[in-house]
Amino acid sequence: MLRNHRQEMVVALLFVLPFVLIYGVLFLWPTFQMVYLSFTDAPLIGPGEWIGIENYVEMFDDRRFWTSVRNTAYFVVLTVIPNTLIGLVIAMMVSRLKGWQQSLILAMFFLPYILPVTVVYRIWNWMFNVQFGIMQYPLTWIFGKATPVFRTQWMFMPAVAFVTVWWTCGFNILLFLSGLRSISTDIYEAAALDNASRWTIFRRITWPLIWPVTALVLTIQLILQLKIFDQVYLFVQGGRPDPSMVMVQYIYSQAFQKNEGGYAAAISVALFVIVIVFSILQFQVLRGRGQK
Amino acid sequence: MSTVESRAATLDSGATTRRSRANKAFDIGGLILTLITVIFAVLWAFPIYWALITTLKPEQQAIAKTVEFLPRTWTVEAYWHVLVNTMIGRWYINSLVTSLAVTVITLVTSALTAYALSQLRFPGRTVLWYLILASFMVPLTALIVNHFILMAQFSLINTWMGVVLPQLIHPVVIIVYKNFFDSVPKEYREAAKMDSAGEFQIFRRIYLPMNWGVTTALAIVTFIGAWNAFLWPFLAVSRPEMMNVAVGITSVNDAFGVQYARELAGAILAALLVAVLYLIFQRRVTQAIMLSAGVKG
Repeated sequence: MLRNHRQEMVVALLFVLPFVLIYGVLFLWPTFQMVYLSFTDAPLIGPGEWIGIENYVEMFDDRRFWTSVRNTAYFVVLTVIPNTLIGLVIAMMVSRLKGWQQSLILAMFFLPYILPVTVVYRIWNWMFNVQFGIMQYPLTWIFGKATPVFRTQWMFMPAVAFVTVWWTCGFNILLFLSGLRSISTDIYEAAALDNASRWTIFRRITWPLIWPVTALVLTIQLILQLKIFDQVYLFVQGGRPDPSMVMVQYIYSQAFQKNEGGYAAAISVALFVIVIVFSILQFQVLRGRGQK
Repeated sequence: MSTVESRAATLDSGATTRRSRANKAFDIGGLILTLITVIFAVLWAFPIYWALITTLKPEQQAIAKTVEFLPRTWTVEAYWHVLVNTMIGRWYINSLVTSLAVTVITLVTSALTAYALSQLRFPGRTVLWYLILASFMVPLTALIVNHFILMAQFSLINTWMGVVLPQLIHPVVIIVYKNFFDSVPKEYREAAKMDSAGEFQIFRRIYLPMNWGVTTALAIVTFIGAWNAFLWPFLAVSRPEMMNVAVGITSVNDAFGVQYARELAGAILAALLVAVLYLIFQRRVTQAIMLSAGVKG
């Protein structure tokens, strides 16, 4: 019996060993290193001096850092709620359909989600192209002239947010669809007996019953969009990155363009903390859902 | 919806006229909603169609002032150009190798770990489980600087290995596997133990085959995720011949002005494999997405 236990233990440790190695070397170690690095003046590659909290002091006085925080927050506001609401609306539209029609329509809405971001960038850069883009027809109609959307400062973030919603909404649609399917049809039948209007059914039945999924989608989106980099980086190419700089982009520019490893690590820690705070919030939401 | 209405109508025979009027109005409303849905779906998918159709036009037609929803002259010149004049073949191989490596290593290590966490007792089990749960919250994006430093220390910048390693942290795969292993009836394990089967055999012959569906689903989304990854492959590689296809297609520009049909042809090629994978395995992709969001699919 005792031998059995020992054996089980050895086997178990062999089973978890590869993962624990990967986890330790590629996750725990870089995390500790990041915190350590943030207290030094090291360049990207090479040793540095311990300078205490100087990077953090500098960060709090750094206008460009705060701009990146503001832009990240702005992007989150522009994407999270629209993405969630549009996802819900589309899911409700798709859930009315049956069989192959539903599969086809769902695939049309979902397809963008599986594209690489660079492909999304190419597609929309073409759609919005100032000279030849097909979106210039509505844009010219609205603004009276051809509009370089990604070169017009006030339009940049909303346009990137628009593309992001188009790209990632499929994920939300799927979650909402499964949520809608789990609402019992009996409730809808009862409502139909009462001759309830579509709006009443939505407001009194669908919305309250789908709320846990909505909360889940909102928090997932929130955490995801805080880490925005790819789209902003790609669409700003050839223009001035500074006014629309987001946090990850600022980390990238400090580390890889300015060679400020220590300072980049300090910004990374800031991002790290922000995301974890929101993740704990998400955890609470999910736990609340589990208890129900 | 119509069955609901008809059932309601039979139940409510006292108010037949009112009901049938409501029924008719209801159907029209439904029809309009369906129509709106279809129009919206067409508009939603249009940019993909438009990009695709542009690649099949000669460049002068692609940038023509008139909108043509089908090419006047069909051509694959843009694709031909991309295949011959860029390193896209090489990029495809890089993407295939690195994405397959990420998928296989992630799934094997995660399944083994999940099995141990689910079925075996060993010291540190609880700690490991909580560490995995906690790492679920951690933004890997924040680690790019230190991942780069680490990969540089191992001299892995501009190598396949350097692209793969930092992409191997997927705690959610372990969480999903553990849930499924937990729900395998204990009798199977006990019976196998009676036949003096080793743990690895039980894992390989019972637990893994019983969960092939989950494995397929997780494998497909992990692969698509790795194929589509941008930030890390973009940082880890600077030499064009080592780039992944998703990074490669935006790294080069034509020397003599932009050729839109060609740019888009590169993009279509980069997305082709994952798009086909999705269309074949739609159900599995959906299932995996639900599972990783913590929703039973």
